[in-house]
Amino acid sequence: MFNPQLNNKGNLNHLLSIEGLSKEKIIQILDTAESFLKIGERDVKKVPILRGKTVCNVFFENSTRTRTTFEIAAKRLSADVINLNVATSSQSKGETVLDTINNLIAMNADIFVVRHSSSGAAHFIASHVKPNIHIINAGDGNHSHPTQGLLDAFTIRKYKTNFNNLKVAIVGDILNSRVARSNIHALNILGVPEIRVIAPKTLLPDEIEKLGVHVFYDIDKGLKDADVIMMLRIQNERMDGIMLPSQEEYFKTYGLNQVRLDLAKKDAIVMHPGPMNRGVEIDSAVADSEQSVILPQVTFGIAVRMAVMAILAGQHS
Amino acid sequence: MSILIKNGRVVDPKNNIDAILDILVVDGKIAELNKNLDSKKAKQIIDASNKIVMPGIIDLQLNLREPGNQYKSTLESEMKAANAGGVTGMVCPPDTTPILDEPGLVKMLKNKSEALKLGNVYPLGALTQKLSGKLLTEINDLYESGCIGFSQAEKPIQDTEVLYRSFQYLSTFNLKAFLRAEDAYLSEKGIINAGEISTRLGLKGIQSISETTAINKILEIAHLTKTKVHLNKISTADGLNLVKIAKKNGVKVTCDVSIHQIFLTDNDIGFFNTNCFLKPPLRRESDRIKIIDSIVDGTIDAICSDHSPVNEDNKLKPFAESEHGASSVELLMPLVYKLSEDYKIDLGLLINKITNQPSGILEINKGSLSVNSDADICIFDPEHSWEINSKSLISEGKNTPFFNQNLTGKVSSTIFNGNIVFTGSSVILKN
Amino acid sequence: MNLPNAENLIESLKNKINEMIDENTVLIGVQRGGELILQKILPSLGSAVATGSIDTSFYRDDFSSRGLKIKNKPSKIDTEINGKHIILIDDVFSSGRTVRAAMNEIFDYGRPDKITLAVLIDRNEQELPISPQICIEKISLSKNQHLELVLDENKKFTFHLKESHV
Repeated sequence: MFNPQLNNKGNLNHLLSIEGLSKEKIIQILDTAESFLKIGERDVKKVPILRGKTVCNVFFENSTRTRTTFEIAAKRLSADVINLNVATSSQSKGETVLDTINNLIAMNADIFVVRHSSSGAAHFIASHVKPNIHIINAGDGNHSHPTQGLLDAFTIRKYKTNFNNLKVAIVGDILNSRVARSNIHALNILGVPEIRVIAPKTLLPDEIEKLGVHVFYDIDKGLKDADVIMMLRIQNERMDGIMLPSQEEYFKTYGLNQVRLDLAKKDAIVMHPGPMNRGVEIDSAVADSEQSVILPQVTFGIAVRMAVMAILAGQHS
Repeated sequence: MSILIKNGRVVDPKNNIDAILDILVVDGKIAELNKNLDSKKAKQIIDASNKIVMPGIIDLQLNLREPGNQYKSTLESEMKAANAGGVTGMVCPPDTTPILDEPGLVKMLKNKSEALKLGNVYPLGALTQKLSGKLLTEINDLYESGCIGFSQAEKPIQDTEVLYRSFQYLSTFNLKAFLRAEDAYLSEKGIINAGEISTRLGLKGIQSISETTAINKILEIAHLTKTKVHLNKISTADGLNLVKIAKKNGVKVTCDVSIHQIFLTDNDIGFFNTNCFLKPPLRRESDRIKIIDSIVDGTIDAICSDHSPVNEDNKLKPFAESEHGASSVELLMPLVYKLSEDYKIDLGLLINKITNQPSGILEINKGSLSVNSDADICIFDPEHSWEINSKSLISEGKNTPFFNQNLTGKVSSTIFNGNIVFTGSSVILKN
Repeated sequence: MNLPNAENLIESLKNKINEMIDENTVLIGVQRGGELILQKILPSLGSAVATGSIDTSFYRDDFSSRGLKIKNKPSKIDTEINGKHIILIDDVFSSGRTVRAAMNEIFDYGRPDKITLAVLIDRNEQELPISPQICIEKISLSKNQHLELVLDENKKFTFHLKESHV
């Protein structure tokens, strides 16, 4: 079956979504990331792999933090980095996505890291670039955020070693979360036997159980004996009375506090893709507790993104 | 002007004909229908051996883009495309630019289309002003100008009171509503069918109940006010059940289905193929199977193309930002034929759904090969294999989910009012 | 052909290195062969000396054609490099590119005073102006022959010769 992420040799040419990656490919990325982790601890935090290559961050949707981690990752590989905040420039002048991309291709970058508010944008762009240009999806609408899914898997592997005996709970706005979808796909492919989603019905997508998860509306039941708890951010727009009545009610019914955390395993880890809304989806004390691995996630994110870039750029036609 | 169509398999559902016969066309009318007619009677002879000869197709939903932006697709280009699909009767919705809510615009459209002599255009007038669902248009005036019925295109009326009154008004003058049943709120911002695929792709889903709650509303009001209503492009199994029950209860309702819903589901969207961005959205396999069953059992009265040519630029965008619609009029008959072959459905039953039955729905006397009727004829070659691509499609819109696929079956000639308006390269005319 | 006795070569290398060790020395083994040798000889080197290991994967010059192939553990140099005398240990010296990559990586950790290259075998195929200061034996092989240092079941080192078909 045609997989737009792979080239005709079966090697990864773009990273567009976790869906479609084999278990071996994911493990390869995680192992490669492991090697890159050490580099961040040295004095000279660089290796010359992408020396002379150009990485272009094309963010049609704003995000300083994600863009920054990609920039750090690229620079640690010795690549030149260009940041294009298209959201504020040519797009608002009416230029189409395709025209923007064609202009960028003419500038001869090797890797484009793309974030867009429309699902499918990364696939669309990837289908229009020349064969030797690689696209990394940094988030497209509600569809996919593959590097986040990979770094979350990396984090779980770091603290739990094996995937095949874990109970992982994902809590929050699953409906509008590309992170949740990427996590669900990654964990399924890696063989996690029990993946749970915990949310009110208004925040659950249709037929989500068909993606291989157990659905819980009750957070206490959903967190019982969990090994990993992944909290998702609730955006303000959701709490304006249409999907959810209020911030307070959300925190009361689905917020992670110490009492609820104690329902999970004693050594359960708490994760969050960031940025956090303290007191909305997660209690401040829990976010800063010993079980929280939220800050290491950021460090791992750089190593994982380095690994993805190195693997993509190492494809020769 | 006389044409003799020889040796074709003549399929005329209205008159219960499915036999090898010759047809003689004289001065724009069907003069004779019999075996072995004398060739000397005709100036032109079309050899229809191994071909199907049927009434010109009446398509209940196609966008001719007139009045319109004049960017690429024009009335002429799309009527010619319709001819290439064997279509001679064309019903177009009122969501043009400007909207068809003024008698003057309707007259202009009728005049323009009549001058082209490529087919009969039956415009649907706007039911409410600017299609905004608030104030009635001058329905009677629009009817006098040539509107065959009244529609809201893709803008369902939200206000139930307005829907009720508009139906009462239509019923007063025995006029028909042509509506696509959709709940404006449930479908707002929705892009594709709500289900596993919409979850995987991260696109906002439209629930089936968006269609069924709307159908319920429309049918109850139609029943109460005794209004004739035709439901366009039904897409759900549950919706079809409602229509079946309403028909049993004597509601004056008919319905059609778009050719795409017969062959495709939301699975076919694949990796965000914008050619599959349609309204109504492609639904589930269970809906698709029910549609086919409903065609056979008569719940569905007609099949339309829902022809919507879209500029390439507007399809080359991220899925939700692209323009919806597929260019399909040239594929209608080939796909209807494929339906007959693949599912072993009687071809006459299916041809009925694109000729005689649409004619009944429009309350015109067309869609048949009756002697003395207007000679609108489609000659179809069931053995002609072709690839659907930019060259083989005549429409300015090359946007089809079947792009680059091969089909077996193509319209080889189309006759309108006794004149040949379309001939494929395979036809040889003898004098 | 008669392959040299690896155990003997390693014994000789150990003695030569032992003569050079002082408080300023850091022994670094190039993975995998050099690292195996370092692990073997370390216990019998008189003093407690600082060590490290290098995986040159990220510094190779053939990334564009070969891509990223990571077979080894990450490099591990936990000790200070600035001002030290590095003795770089490897099993077989061929073109010099691995050593160039190793040196580039070492310089990303700090600035050594001196680097001495100590190898068991030199294949006489030098392609760059780099050569070992300590070399126990020289042999000539053809381009498609690959010499590998292997630890056998008896925990003894031997050389294996592999032929590759181009």
